[in-house]
Amino acid sequence: MNQLRHFLGSVLSSVRDLLPIVLVVAFFQAVVIQQPVPEIGRILSGSLLVILGLAFFVRGLEQGLFPIGESIAYAFARKGNLAWLLVFAFALGFGTTIAEPALIAVAEEAAEIAADARVIAQDMEAMEEYAFGLRLTVALSVGFAIAVGVYRIVRGWPIQYFIIAGYIGVVIMTAFAPPEIIGIAYDSGGVTTSTVTVPLVTALGVGLAESIKGRNPMVDGFGLIAFASLTPMIFVMAYGMII
Amino acid sequence: MELLYELAKTGLETIGDVLPIVAIIFGFQLLVLRQRIPNLKSVLIGFVYVLIGLTLFLVGLEEALFPLGRHMAVQLTDPAFIERTTAAVGSALQWDDYKWVYLFAAAIGFATTIAEPALIAVAIKAQQVSGGAITIWGLRVAVAIGVAIGIALGTFRIVTGTPLHYYIIAGYIIVVIQTVFAPRMIIALAYDSGGVTTSTVTVPLVTALGLGLASTIPGRSALLDGFGLIAFASLFPIMAVMGYAQLGEWWQRRIMKKQWKDKTENQGGSD
Repeated sequence: MNQLRHFLGSVLSSVRDLLPIVLVVAFFQAVVIQQPVPEIGRILSGSLLVILGLAFFVRGLEQGLFPIGESIAYAFARKGNLAWLLVFAFALGFGTTIAEPALIAVAEEAAEIAADARVIAQDMEAMEEYAFGLRLTVALSVGFAIAVGVYRIVRGWPIQYFIIAGYIGVVIMTAFAPPEIIGIAYDSGGVTTSTVTVPLVTALGVGLAESIKGRNPMVDGFGLIAFASLTPMIFVMAYGMII
Repeated sequence: MELLYELAKTGLETIGDVLPIVAIIFGFQLLVLRQRIPNLKSVLIGFVYVLIGLTLFLVGLEEALFPLGRHMAVQLTDPAFIERTTAAVGSALQWDDYKWVYLFAAAIGFATTIAEPALIAVAIKAQQVSGGAITIWGLRVAVAIGVAIGIALGTFRIVTGTPLHYYIIAGYIIVVIQTVFAPRMIIALAYDSGGVTTSTVTVPLVTALGLGLASTIPGRSALLDGFGLIAFASLFPIMAVMGYAQLGEWWQRRIMKKQWKDKTENQGGSD
């Protein structure tokens, strides 16, 4: 009974999460475009799936992703083995990025652009090779970013110096990178952090900051996602320059 | 029947996404940490919930919202539609003829960010960690406002055809200046909120808008100008979240000052 009430509560809050989209779409369809909504039945059933999906996801977040991220953070902190912690951080960043569907799509688009600009040969093999190289580059950069970010939490260094250094890196690379790669590179920062990775990495960072003496989870615990979205921009532009 | 097929297909893809994560976690638990996972059964059920949730969520989006959103993006950027809504018939379209496009960009950016699951996750965590100083909805609305401004500005950039990196570099400068003045506890969270805004819901709709615009405006190339909206959507929330914290701090200081003033006045009266 209690379970059911809990679930109904999450469904209701998912309805609230989806409501803005429904309102925006309805307003523009009715007032601006002035056309009836096509296939209303399909849209309603799809919305129902979205609402149920969000409710399940949030439940799983609290029961699966957050606890496991925290328990790993505590276990590493208790063990005090920094080297393995960094290896874990790298593996997590690399492993979750290399198979990321959004990244695969972006890499294919980048290969098309490179072929159009005659940077690489205009055949399938060269394009596939280019796209895979790009994916590998981004995955390496995210693994590197999470490892550095975890090291920062352990040391308690202020995050802004890293971010500002990263920004300077992006600006310098922008000056030298071929223009056709810049848009893709800037966008690649946003696509690396998937819906499953974000909660896990956040719980890991906050858990580490909570279990290490002298760290404040609010000041030190966040920031891993920021690292993971900044380094790919630099690495992708570097990739565009080298190839 | 088609829906079942979609569910199965997306479900398998989601499992494929989660599998490397599960392998890494359990690999390290067994080989390096050498310990049992506390509440293993409950955690596993949690993972199953995540899988079910993401699958339903993605299929629902693909069924309902994405086709409609893409369709609307195409309709709103169609030159015929824009000519109909402006007085300037015959002459070349100016940047201010696209006002519905900017409004749609801002509105859809805001709305999709509110529904973004990764942002919900970070907001829940932020509320826990901050002891309620940052609320789930406060953070989500701040981020959503940032995305709305960012995407509206990004569509303006595509319409005018100005180079992307000018905007991004100007944005960086503002972020750095804000970092100096913002409360220390918000900084890392603000940087993070740039990365979480753009995942499942926002990216496909926003990309459709960008590509739609770039392919209908004369002189723009879909490949060169269509990208960059995601970059806007990840930069502006950083400013918005720091602004949210700065505003909160200012507000609190004002209340405290007022209370202090009332207190001293009362004391003055009783003397």
